Amino acid sequence: MGYTLDFGAILSGEHLRWLISGLRLTLELTLSSWVLALVLGVILVLLRSSGIKPAEWFVTAYVEVHQNVPLLVQVLFWYFAVPELLPEAGRIWLNERNSEFLLVMLALSFCFAAYMSEALRSGMRAIPQTQHEAGRALGFGYLRTMQYVVIPQAARLAIPPLINYSLLLFKNTSLAMAIGVHELTTQTRQIENDTFRTFEAFTVSTVLYLMISFVIMAGGALLERRIKREGR
Amino acid sequence: MLDILREYWLLFLVGQYPNGPLGGLVATLLVAICGLGLALPCAMAIALGRISPYMPVRIAAAFVVHTVRGTPFLMVIFWSYFGLPILLGRPINGFVTLVGALVLYESAYLAEAIRAGIEALPRGQREAARALGLNYWQTMGLVILPQALFNALPSLLTQFVSLIKETSLGYVISVNEFTFAAAQVNNQLLTKPVQVFSILALTFFAVCFTLTQTARRLERIVARRRNGMAKDGEPTALLATEPTP
Repeated sequence: MGYTLDFGAILSGEHLRWLISGLRLTLELTLSSWVLALVLGVILVLLRSSGIKPAEWFVTAYVEVHQNVPLLVQVLFWYFAVPELLPEAGRIWLNERNSEFLLVMLALSFCFAAYMSEALRSGMRAIPQTQHEAGRALGFGYLRTMQYVVIPQAARLAIPPLINYSLLLFKNTSLAMAIGVHELTTQTRQIENDTFRTFEAFTVSTVLYLMISFVIMAGGALLERRIKREGR
Repeated sequence: MLDILREYWLLFLVGQYPNGPLGGLVATLLVAICGLGLALPCAMAIALGRISPYMPVRIAAAFVVHTVRGTPFLMVIFWSYFGLPILLGRPINGFVTLVGALVLYESAYLAEAIRAGIEALPRGQREAARALGLNYWQTMGLVILPQALFNALPSLLTQFVSLIKETSLGYVISVNEFTFAAAQVNNQLLTKPVQVFSILALTFFAVCFTLTQTARRLERIVARRRNGMAKDGEPTALLATEPTP
């Protein structure tokens, strides 16, 4: 074919800097959305088990909407529609900052909060009521029963899906490209446009994505094994 | 919102179809169905590879599954976008690019669903088939896979919902599908993003929610059938039909 691979053009100078800045933004986006999604997910679970009917309906609807609308559509909605819904002052505030990053982070967080709350709920639901009662019969208070009896067992069930969703969250940060956030995928395209080294550029970024994914998968497997051992 | 629908419903539904390429919701569903149809055979092959008696085959299949699971779908789309024309030796349109990416990506996920269906079967099924004198392929094709696919039906339907949702990424490489149509309408109107993207989101929701509910109902039916079969009294756990974004 007469095409020689040349990674030098990508892994040096300015292009390497673009790549690193893209990677950093991807990681920042992953971490910030992950924390916010987990916090929101816990709030959703608490609301759902609160016993207040309207709150439970709200959470059910919230989860179904976020699971049945494509994430990209949610990202586009946050980017194009949500600023329109804000009052004037809010829009000006957004325009003065790099609103793309903030909006895509919120889109990812609100979507994955739905998934994470479901993972947490299925873990909690699988613990039979008798476990609560047994804990109380042993003389533990509500919090101690939760700490020593319910949560260790529920975590064992909730952690595998939570890890899976963390991986999906990381992968889906690439959707930020659709609204022009300069994360890894966007930077890859820019490098490709700049150098015409399509295969090299996409190989490098695919390998970077894979490496981080494997770290998440391996970390998850370790965590699962440890929790299984402790649970015995 | 209704006046936008009245004005642009045809664009939302089929894109510029009679005068241009097929687009809109119909194209989205068509891409998803083609993707599922082509990915299923690949997924069955990978699933059989994952439980193959030969270690090199198992390792190769596991490598494929984990590599795909670790790559963002958008990256797979770009690989399909740049790689498929070279592999096929001729330029391809966006529709084929998107279907190719979906087949590559979803084969791995569907394979795991099918593998879970196979592993949920009692070992006795395979031993009985071998004892009857069936060879490996007969055992798999006549005994194991039909039962496993039935068990995996809810997961497969859930995965189909994921496929429908993933077609929206065609927007990034300007494939004529539903999200792209909405973006076009949005560009024409300029001042009504809330309404346009609400129509987009609500339509996706209506389609996907219907299928998700069907998958849940199917899951109950399958679970009842399976518990009826398992005579040893141990209720077999529900197969995970975890949705993905």
